[in-house]
Amino acid sequence: MDIIVCIKRVPEVAEIDLQVDQTGKSIKEEGLVFGVNDWDNYAVEEAVRIKEKHGGKVTAITVGSAESEEVIRRALALGADEAVMVTDPQADGSDAYAIAKVLAAAIKEIPYDIILTGVLADDDGCAQVGVTLAELLGIPHATLVTAIEIEEKQVKIKRELEGGMEEELVVATPALFTIQSGINEPRYVSIMGIRKVAKKEVATRDLGTLGLSPNQVGPAGSFTTVERIFPPPVGEGAQILEGSSDEVATKVMDVFQKGGVI
Amino acid sequence: MAEILVLTEHRQGEMQEISLEMLAKGQQLAEQTKKELTAVLLGKGVASMADEVKRYCHHILVMEDDLLANFNSEPYQDVLSFLIKERKPSLVLMGHTAFGMDLAPPLATAAGIPLATDCYEIEVKGDAVIPYRQMYGGKMCAEVHFKEAPCHMITVRAGSFPAEGLKEINGAVEQVSFQFDKDYAYKKFLQYVEAAVGDVDITQADVLVAVGRGIGDSENLPMVEELAKLLGGVVACSRPVADKHWLPKERQVGTSGKTVKPKLYIAFGISGAFQHLAGMKNAATIIAVNKDPKAPIFSVAHYGIVDDLMKVVPSLVAKVRERKGA
Repeated sequence: MDIIVCIKRVPEVAEIDLQVDQTGKSIKEEGLVFGVNDWDNYAVEEAVRIKEKHGGKVTAITVGSAESEEVIRRALALGADEAVMVTDPQADGSDAYAIAKVLAAAIKEIPYDIILTGVLADDDGCAQVGVTLAELLGIPHATLVTAIEIEEKQVKIKRELEGGMEEELVVATPALFTIQSGINEPRYVSIMGIRKVAKKEVATRDLGTLGLSPNQVGPAGSFTTVERIFPPPVGEGAQILEGSSDEVATKVMDVFQKGGVI
Repeated sequence: MAEILVLTEHRQGEMQEISLEMLAKGQQLAEQTKKELTAVLLGKGVASMADEVKRYCHHILVMEDDLLANFNSEPYQDVLSFLIKERKPSLVLMGHTAFGMDLAPPLATAAGIPLATDCYEIEVKGDAVIPYRQMYGGKMCAEVHFKEAPCHMITVRAGSFPAEGLKEINGAVEQVSFQFDKDYAYKKFLQYVEAAVGDVDITQADVLVAVGRGIGDSENLPMVEELAKLLGGVVACSRPVADKHWLPKERQVGTSGKTVKPKLYIAFGISGAFQHLAGMKNAATIIAVNKDPKAPIFSVAHYGIVDDLMKVVPSLVAKVRERKGA
């Protein structure tokens, strides 16, 4: 069972106050910590688990800047066997559709039974690249996958619906699944583990080697562009309780009392 | 005639609320762009649903088939591709739900239609339809521009457009004549799996003390449990905490978990992704504690504390104890 897993490097934004940059179209990246997209981390773990149980090879692939090498190395440390990195400044400004085209071109030369991606990426949150890729490759797909069971020539999966409900499907391979967070408990990757794979080869590709022309990617090859970004309008918002921690705690007690909690 | 197409969504014989929300927005867009609103209803045994939906649109296209009984993106995609080719709508709306997330990208890709996903607002400026969506877990909003095309597709975020303003249009029901040429054995629905029932039902609690990613480690849970206990409540969580298995899935509040309406909801280290807010924004009193003053949770909270929960929880525990002792 050969598996391709697509991953993306994204900024970590939890409890971070984000700022809009000068272009007005993206965020200021200075000072932000980058890492692998959370959903993709679950996808890599799932790919490695399937390989450990059923044999085969895991290839991790990413499209992004040269810094993306760190997430590719991390995937290798987690247990991926091979790595492909597509880096080309001409692909900057690509939307989900254009990125899927790049991935489809890169995947043409790699044999696979299953492709895994995360459901969505922490940054743009489109939930679009994986499924679009499946369509471009002409293979069936399922999104929001919370369990994978490999059977002969098909995969039994569960996918998440609303309100805690799930549905069970069977999908014939080759197929693509977008992995929902929580499907597994990703193993810990130590610095030693990453060092061990420091010399492992990462195949690099650009548009030329993939046979793509510049107008197929970037803004020209995209269906959508981000015109501007802005912080969400704050409505009435919360009344902020300020003061020393004792004063704040006292104010919270008043709220508790008003609510009849204590 | 150019029209706006809305794909209605239903499950187990129940129409999903998002369908009415999209019809409400669709009515508004149809008026603004001087087009007609057409609903599409695919399923099996959906006649009574068609009667309800037709009240709110000019046309409703209905197709019933065993292959459409339960949602499966593959037959749905073939029927919709056919309809889009036939009717040439200028805009297609569907929900950004488990249903639309599976269907919209392949449908749009195969038909060469520009797609914007998970949109919370749609504006009309001149001839252009402009979708707005969120990025970075709700910390930024984005105005998206489509490439010019005869048709655009938008998936709509649940809860974005109130269904209350729906106007009666009383359109006509039209049957779709489409013949399937395969049985889609390569992607088959088997069954629904109901949510697991745990020992605690968070929907019944008066006080919920909820924790999010900011809790950092499961080792920090006991102090939160202590606070919940002192307040006669239980501990709930947002998605990242359930994903890490620090708390069981049935404690998760949000779109894919439970919808709660307690007297008091305290959110510790929860930034407030839309999916979480949808599950708790109707609580009577909401207190949010987060280090980021711009965390979206503060937009639905009544009271906010901008600080580290590791400091706030112990001070609240001490204060409640003091009060109770007095």
